[in-house]
Amino acid sequence: MSSATASATAPIPVTVLTGYLGAGKTTLLNRILTEDHGKKYAVIVNEFGEVGIDNDLVVDTDEEVFEMNNGCICCTVRGDLIRIIEGLMKRKGSFDGILIETTGLADPAPVAQTFFMDDDVRARTRLDAIVTVVDALNLASRLDDAPEAEDQVAFADVILLNKVDLVTPEQLARVRSDIRAINPYARVIETERCKVELGEILDKGAFDLTRILSVDPDFLVDDHHHHNEDVRSISLKAGDLDPEKFFDFVNRETQAQGPNILRLKGILAFKDDPDRYVVQGVHMIVEGDHQRPWRADEPRESRLVFIGRDLDWAGLRTGFEACRIAA
Amino acid sequence: MPRLTPLALPAYVVAVTHLGGRAAFALGDGSVHLGHAADDVRAVQVHDGGILAAVAAPDGKSLITAGDDGRVMATDAEGATQLLFEKKGKWIDQLACGPQGAVAFASGRMAWVRLADGQVVEFPHEKAVGGVAFLPKGLRLATATVDKAILHWVTAKGAPAELGWKGAHTGITVSPDGRFLVTTMQEMALHGWRIEDGKHMRMTGYPAKVKSVSWSPKGRWLATAGANAAILWPFSAKDGPMGKPPLQLGPYPKLATQVACHPTEEVVAIGYQDGMVLAVRFGDQAEVAMRHPSGEPVSALAWSPDGMTLAIGTESGAAGLVDIGAA
Repeated sequence: MSSATASATAPIPVTVLTGYLGAGKTTLLNRILTEDHGKKYAVIVNEFGEVGIDNDLVVDTDEEVFEMNNGCICCTVRGDLIRIIEGLMKRKGSFDGILIETTGLADPAPVAQTFFMDDDVRARTRLDAIVTVVDALNLASRLDDAPEAEDQVAFADVILLNKVDLVTPEQLARVRSDIRAINPYARVIETERCKVELGEILDKGAFDLTRILSVDPDFLVDDHHHHNEDVRSISLKAGDLDPEKFFDFVNRETQAQGPNILRLKGILAFKDDPDRYVVQGVHMIVEGDHQRPWRADEPRESRLVFIGRDLDWAGLRTGFEACRIAA
Repeated sequence: MPRLTPLALPAYVVAVTHLGGRAAFALGDGSVHLGHAADDVRAVQVHDGGILAAVAAPDGKSLITAGDDGRVMATDAEGATQLLFEKKGKWIDQLACGPQGAVAFASGRMAWVRLADGQVVEFPHEKAVGGVAFLPKGLRLATATVDKAILHWVTAKGAPAELGWKGAHTGITVSPDGRFLVTTMQEMALHGWRIEDGKHMRMTGYPAKVKSVSWSPKGRWLATAGANAAILWPFSAKDGPMGKPPLQLGPYPKLATQVACHPTEEVVAIGYQDGMVLAVRFGDQAEVAMRHPSGEPVSALAWSPDGMTLAIGTESGAAGLVDIGAA
């Protein structure tokens, strides 16, 4: 394949921007649209009035969530995104990436699932990262009164912890620990007025699992929870796995607990398989593929992470352990 | 192979039609290119942004286009343009022409009909409008939306008729005799109704979404893309295609992306994902290559009204005119 063909068909990176009302999402969006960072983004917004930017690639849309006709009640997708991305492909070449802003109350799952479920969207785009903006001052109360805020933290690959200048060091420490209790795998960037190097959040390939799973959450384990949060995570580790047992385990658990599984990610070593196998999922949707050969200098270690609400944590651990190859 | 005159156009070909002896290509960069030879192409910038949909007016004198600049425009064979409608900030991505000079278009949850005298009638929907079409007689608008298709009276008083079927309907077409309504779906299927009694027709088995359909002369067959061949459903019987196998024409290793039935003969032009275009006769399945594979998906096909010229467009802008009269 020639390089020209490769670039014409290269999937376009998509960044999803979530965050509760008032957290600073619009400030960040306006920065991305106005600052000179040498890239042009097509922006899909739901609250058009807030973006005071005249840009012919800003699209105003009504979130249109519908169930896929496959008998799975949590397989919801955003129909408006499918349609707008199809339209944007007709202007391929006039932008470098796509930014999707969700409303403050939005459940991030249908947005993420659109990138798994729709073949055209999958073929033409690549979900680069889910970036969630939270504010240090109000996150605690949002986590108490809004399950959407908790979901947005749970779904994030990158969390922009904004307004850190407005809280005391004690409050900040508490917010950090709240975030980690829900999602220890996201990269947290602390900011004032969303001042962040945009290269830190755009086109980082954060949704690709390598970095996420290289985080070792063990040192973050903290029993001192400030909220009765029901969203938690579990990180499972093993050496080589029996692929048949593993797929059986994942199918069983996603069928049984799918509605409560927010994110699932893993890098796996299968017996007699020279390649790393990566899986990721949202609710009941799981997809996996061979990624690249294990390098000689890296240990063949399987890691699997579940982030979810009221999951059967012990059952997940036992089920995963049972997929091990006896040493 | 019949003679192909190649045309190098600067952007994605959204649609093509024929206007007074010229081919009119509507492009993703908002321009319309009028041409009948490689050295005789005229460009007109019609939209301030991209063109999302384009259809020929029934009188064959103008090309109607809808764009992400919120405009609906008419362009004639001389390149003169006329603004038919404007709604700033909206992406207008559905478009159809009907009897009595009416034009229908939609954006998000709103559909509009512009009558020949310039009057515009609004049709608000509860969910996004996936497609618009007219019945051949009586000025009735058909719209596709989530879980149903709706038949609206445009100027006459009367309650809209709903035809239900669960799922997201993303496109709509009416048979030339006005007896059948067929939608394309988010799932890899078509759904049809016999309008007089609402009888259902399910047309399934596609490996991809169906994004191009075309009625053969007198509406005897509905040709469809979305498979590794053109799939043609028989519609000449009283109850449409039920219980009858479809014709499969032009089997090929790549997906068919566009189909266009010849205006008078039982011949269909099929464009594929790799740029190949075949013309296939229904009766003996004889095939003629109209264009060789070039790598880019075929995105537009249209026969001239006399059936002697086939206009071809692709996603990269590589286009062409095939004169089938030349030996």
